[in-house]
Amino acid sequence: MSTKILKALDAVGLEAFSPFVLLVRGEEARQQWRRIGLNFGAPLLALLVFVAAWSAASRNVMTKYGALPSPSMVAQEAAHLWAAHRQRRADEAAFRAEKAAQAAELEAAANLLRARGKAAQADALSARAHVARTARFSAGPSYVDQIGTSLKTVFAGFLVASLVAIPLGVLCGISPGIQAALNPLIQIFKPVSPLAWLPIVMICVGALYTTPPAEAWFEKSFLSSALTVALCSLWPTLANTALGVASVDRDHLNVARVLRLGTWTRVRKIVIPSALPMIFAGLRISLGVGWMVLIAAEMLAQNPGLGKFVWDMFQNGSSQTLAQIMVAVFTIGSIGFALDRLMIVLSRSVSYGATAR
Amino acid sequence: MEVILEARRVAKSFGVGASRTEVLHDVSLEVRTGEFVAIVGFSGSGKSTLVSLLAGLLVPDTGEVLFRGRRAQEPGPERGLVFQNYSLLPWLTVEENVRVAVDQVFADRPVKERRERVRSYLDMVGLSAAVEKKPSELSGGMRQRVSLARTLSMSPSVLLLDEPLGALDALTRAVLQDEIARIRERERATVVLITNDVDEGLLLADRVLPLTPGPRATLGQEFPVDLPRPRERTTINHDPRFKELRGDILGYLDGLRARARREGSASLAPPPALTPVELR
Repeated sequence: MSTKILKALDAVGLEAFSPFVLLVRGEEARQQWRRIGLNFGAPLLALLVFVAAWSAASRNVMTKYGALPSPSMVAQEAAHLWAAHRQRRADEAAFRAEKAAQAAELEAAANLLRARGKAAQADALSARAHVARTARFSAGPSYVDQIGTSLKTVFAGFLVASLVAIPLGVLCGISPGIQAALNPLIQIFKPVSPLAWLPIVMICVGALYTTPPAEAWFEKSFLSSALTVALCSLWPTLANTALGVASVDRDHLNVARVLRLGTWTRVRKIVIPSALPMIFAGLRISLGVGWMVLIAAEMLAQNPGLGKFVWDMFQNGSSQTLAQIMVAVFTIGSIGFALDRLMIVLSRSVSYGATAR
Repeated sequence: MEVILEARRVAKSFGVGASRTEVLHDVSLEVRTGEFVAIVGFSGSGKSTLVSLLAGLLVPDTGEVLFRGRRAQEPGPERGLVFQNYSLLPWLTVEENVRVAVDQVFADRPVKERRERVRSYLDMVGLSAAVEKKPSELSGGMRQRVSLARTLSMSPSVLLLDEPLGALDALTRAVLQDEIARIRERERATVVLITNDVDEGLLLADRVLPLTPGPRATLGQEFPVDLPRPRERTTINHDPRFKELRGDILGYLDGLRARARREGSASLAPPPALTPVELR
């Protein structure tokens, strides 16, 4: 039982908690306490020092928006944002209920008219009922909605990046010719800042994505942000995939030759599985880069996510501005951390042997 | 018996320019159907190069390798190679490692038959209990059993064993030697065994062919092993004919090595012209 828990903790990347399990099991208590101290005591201590230093600084730094917010002010602001989110959900529910009641009333009246043979008037009422049912709640997105938008955008960009980078990386890894051909382009585009890509992407999206807004699946701002994320985050995956594929064990390729595997089967059964740990290491870096790039992209493209939130708070310059931006900083950091852990867990699930860790 | 695998005056060099070394020089070899040939040599004498040439993984610079009288350019499942370092695919289980081979070579057979084939060869090497394990969870001996099962499952016409037991401890080695002898009896296989262990060659093979020390290694005098089968490890050590053969082969190899040393020292390139740095 406890062994199972330990294995599960290891698999989801929470091996920091394993000393507790071992302690319950009664294994070398001294050593477990030492590990707990190391895994939890030390970080906690550092956190306390950080909060203390921040509190001290906040009392002494004056800005045009007032004093630098203290930790407690930031916590308060987080609570406000949460309360505002709950309020907005409640308002929306009330709005929907009201509109539904309205629609039902209109529909009932329309049926009555229809029964009396006044079809034209009935249809007019039905149309009004439809308008009521599909009415949009027009308040802006809440903070939680914005987090959701950011996550959606980063995953869309990350998906596009992966779909481009992995096949391209496999080609580069297999063929030295393709690698040589693409290498200069990769080296040139790799260090380009998202802020340089964004205007190009926005203009191109504006020119090419001409679907009228009512029928469009995506907002232009969403597409611009996601594509900028993709452009900036595909390089680590591309480089790692190419390296992983190029460094497939010669003996494994010899196995493929003895078996006379065709090119596609060889890639599918030998090359890709063998490169998978490297590919996932690349994906992990890519997602981290993508999340960093996203905030800048959303700021400029006005995609209603965390980046736009930070920008709007900055523009609106109230006394809560700094505290709200700091909430966003912690949110962005925590989500980035969580995404990284997620990728570690995923890459562990594809690693093989003891060396791939 | 017909000659199934043949090397004709094969040579192979590696490197370019001044650093080019001829590893194998003028190697000729004939392997007949059902025969068990052991090639013994010192480490670094080009044994692995020779087996790679026979398997088709390398192409000779001059000369040719013939399989059933036809020039063999590419490797194939008919020359089943068991790799020195097992070469198992670490992301697959034991069963999947064998299945990769069976699915490829017997792609036209029904799934059920292929599954049974995988199982039967894993049974043969005594791994039925470990089918779900990953190679990293197995000992060296067990890994080599998987590798053996994978190669045997392709029903190769010739089995090429490249120092298959080289990385194993003495006890495991002995067990697997007996296993190879048993399987060979049962499958009536044609085998080329590369080894650095003269006893192993004598225990298993019909002929022992020493490879001269490299560079420019070639096959030396042939030693037919006329010991009756089955050969029992425990009794064969006291067999006078076994002792005599072992003495002959070891003596021959020692002679070769001594000669290579004398010639090698004479042919060494002069040391580079270095001027000592003055010490302060």
